[in-house]
Amino acid sequence: MSLSTAEVNKIAWLGRIAIDEDKIEAYARDLSGILDFVEQMSALDTSAVTPMAHPMDQAQRLRPDQVTEVDQRELFQANAPLVEAGLYLVPKVIE
Amino acid sequence: MHNNTIAELAQGLQQKQFSSLELTTHFLNRIQEHNKQLNAFVTVTDELALAQAKLADARIAAGDCQPLTGVPIGQKDIFCTLGVRTSCGSKMLDKFIAPYNATVVERYNQAGAVMLGKLNMDEFAMGSSNETSYYGPVKNPWDVGTVPGGSSGGSAAAVASRLAPGATGTDTGGSIRQPAAFCGITGLKPTYGLVSRWGMIAFASSLDQGGPMARTAEDCALMLQTMAGFDEKDSTSVNRPVPDFTATLNDSLKGLRIGLPKEFFGEGLDPEIAKLIQAAVAEYEKLGAIVKEVSLPNMNLSGPAYYVVAPAECSSNLARFDGVRYGHRCENPKDLHDLYTRSRGEGFGDEVKRRILIGTYVLSAGYYDAYYLKAQKIRRLISDDFKRAFEEVDVIMGPTSPSVAFRFGEKSADPIAMYLSDIYTIAVNLAGLPGMSLPVGFSNNLPVGMQIIGNYFSESHLLNIAHQYQQVTGWHKQAPAGF
Repeated sequence: MSLSTAEVNKIAWLGRIAIDEDKIEAYARDLSGILDFVEQMSALDTSAVTPMAHPMDQAQRLRPDQVTEVDQRELFQANAPLVEAGLYLVPKVIE
Repeated sequence: MHNNTIAELAQGLQQKQFSSLELTTHFLNRIQEHNKQLNAFVTVTDELALAQAKLADARIAAGDCQPLTGVPIGQKDIFCTLGVRTSCGSKMLDKFIAPYNATVVERYNQAGAVMLGKLNMDEFAMGSSNETSYYGPVKNPWDVGTVPGGSSGGSAAAVASRLAPGATGTDTGGSIRQPAAFCGITGLKPTYGLVSRWGMIAFASSLDQGGPMARTAEDCALMLQTMAGFDEKDSTSVNRPVPDFTATLNDSLKGLRIGLPKEFFGEGLDPEIAKLIQAAVAEYEKLGAIVKEVSLPNMNLSGPAYYVVAPAECSSNLARFDGVRYGHRCENPKDLHDLYTRSRGEGFGDEVKRRILIGTYVLSAGYYDAYYLKAQKIRRLISDDFKRAFEEVDVIMGPTSPSVAFRFGEKSADPIAMYLSDIYTIAVNLAGLPGMSLPVGFSNNLPVGMQIIGNYFSESHLLNIAHQYQQVTGWHKQAPAGF
């Protein structure tokens, strides 16, 4: 499994991660190596195996639909890089 | 005081031989003196520690104490701590002040334990050497030219060098056990679901588990008692009664059935380590244990399966770091896409980026069945291997890591070489089983750890087995020179 630099750029775009241009080749090499390592899985026939999602095969617990949290907007927004009037600010998205 | 175990310190506090304030000051002084050299703590919370120590002393005076009341510990910087920076070893969270406490931290607070500070770690717990931390690597106190292991390297180094009597760690693929082995301490990764993950910054949610790191099994038992238990806030927390982990420490090991998986002793294992594991197993035979060979035939696929499951879950979990709500934000973004990509590109280090990219790739349209689903199937096979083995034996023993602590830079240029450092530990996470590492000797003057793997919720038994070994051997009492 060998990833091209174009494929790495595509994945980086999907994952919303900027990679420095001069590092793309190194990433392509490392990621290809990891995928080769992972490829060992395909040697085994698993068509009859049920996938395991939880070690204890536990079902997801449900809770009653009740309000249990109090409003802590100010506390949480104290960590935000840019807020105004309780709103998170981002660059304009609508022309 | 710093050479005493948590159990001894707790007794000293309760018998009023010294106060928590004196004890805490002593450890803060040691951190002041040695942390520059080791880089184990990224944040020292001295004011908070002294305030907590005074409160603990008041509790002890009032007779309202639990075993850990007044005992200072360190928290891995992956656990959210109210009002204290929680960086997860990343530039992304360099300025993040947690707005709440993780359940684990809350439980230590309720027990009256004192927090000395936050411990260095591989960035977002992704790494096996602590070299991926934004704050620089932690040094192994046994040889400062070698790595402490990872990702809980700060925790392991702090405990080994006696800068803290105990520390928390987290283990997604070996991150408690491997650094415990490299630094010559005792660490336990509990059954998945025993310790709450709430407020523990997520890496791979189906594998992550917090646990104790200390010098002895008895201390791990005391810490686990504080950490374990059902938590409504963690959707995968298991609701079952928590046993008294110290009550069974002294049980006899007569008739204990130990399994040695042949796959753990093959190619790639340092022969010196193999010899030390055999010697430790012989010690158990003297204590009445019966040893037999077992097989975990799909063991060789645990690495490949792990490096699909963990990156896939990591890419999903780390999508929350968007430069908008918290965490690093780039300067002058030209549009929203630029804001996301540059904030993440600048905020994450190379190993985290690699794993997000692998995760993104294996989860992208058309690849799900070939990678993630395939890995989840292999996970089942690995889990079934353990199930079969546990029909024949009570516990499995083997090396924790194929080598002793390696030198800085030795493996950091090759991700796969680094991944192989966890070759014996990751299968345990994939199956969700509990595992321990305890010191069993030295090779080239560096500590060697032995891993003990048990069936689900067998922590009491694992601690009992490790404790009995520590009653007849002294490896856990060895201290690195110069600290």
